[in-house]
Amino acid sequence: MCWSRSWRRAAVIDERRVPIDRDVDIVTARQLGRELAAEAGFTGSDLTLIATAISEVARNIVVYAERGEIRLGRTDRNGREGIEVVAADEGPGIPDIQQAMQDGFSTGRSLGLGLPGARRLMDEFEIVSEVGKGTVVTMRKWRP
Amino acid sequence: MSVPILKQGDVLIASIQSALTDRDLLQLKDELAEKVGRLRSRGVVIDVTALDVMDSFATRTIRSIAAATRLRGAETVVVGIQPEVAIALVELGLTLDGIATALDLEEGLDVLVEVMEARRRDR
Repeated sequence: MCWSRSWRRAAVIDERRVPIDRDVDIVTARQLGRELAAEAGFTGSDLTLIATAISEVARNIVVYAERGEIRLGRTDRNGREGIEVVAADEGPGIPDIQQAMQDGFSTGRSLGLGLPGARRLMDEFEIVSEVGKGTVVTMRKWRP
Repeated sequence: MSVPILKQGDVLIASIQSALTDRDLLQLKDELAEKVGRLRSRGVVIDVTALDVMDSFATRTIRSIAAATRLRGAETVVVGIQPEVAIALVELGLTLDGIATALDLEEGLDVLVEVMEARRRDR
């Protein structure tokens, strides 16, 4: 099942991968994401919004799938630069994505703000998930 | 990376020095709840100036620190939330409702005195 907002593919350059299997990896991923976003020309609060969104999707991997990876890369579309964040795992998958995207819905020990929160922080957000196979969240933010 | 906790009179000051993992945050919660009782503290200041990201987990843990220390008889003030972090929290839909905040440590200690006095009057 797929849940997306304004979805189109974009080419990614400079891809960096961060394996995620414990809480310290969440910090590593968001710090690398901030660096990459700064290199891509993002400034000010955008850097924090991107790092926070990465933190939320990376934690989702640790809490629900135990392990997975974050892929970070610079991207552009029609000459506009941006950053792409992919959070991929081979965990249990999300049975009801509509429900998972609602504020306050959680099956783990969380506030249920992770995915809907990350979506609000970024410009584009897509989840593809299959029960028993895993989940891939792809998010992008474009430079103002 | 554990967070140093300083005692100043009847106030504990937890001064976060760098990015914290989830485990560090949970350890901070346990330590503050324990120290508040052992040192008979009336107030706690959590200085988050060094945090460049406060996500839903960090915010929830800070909220539960404030709730737990209140049950142990102490009030909490969070100081030093960075402007970008404040914007991100609002976008995430997170608030620190019911928790006193202040711009920096100095102001936080003033706020704490007021909050502690208000609580004393209520008793």
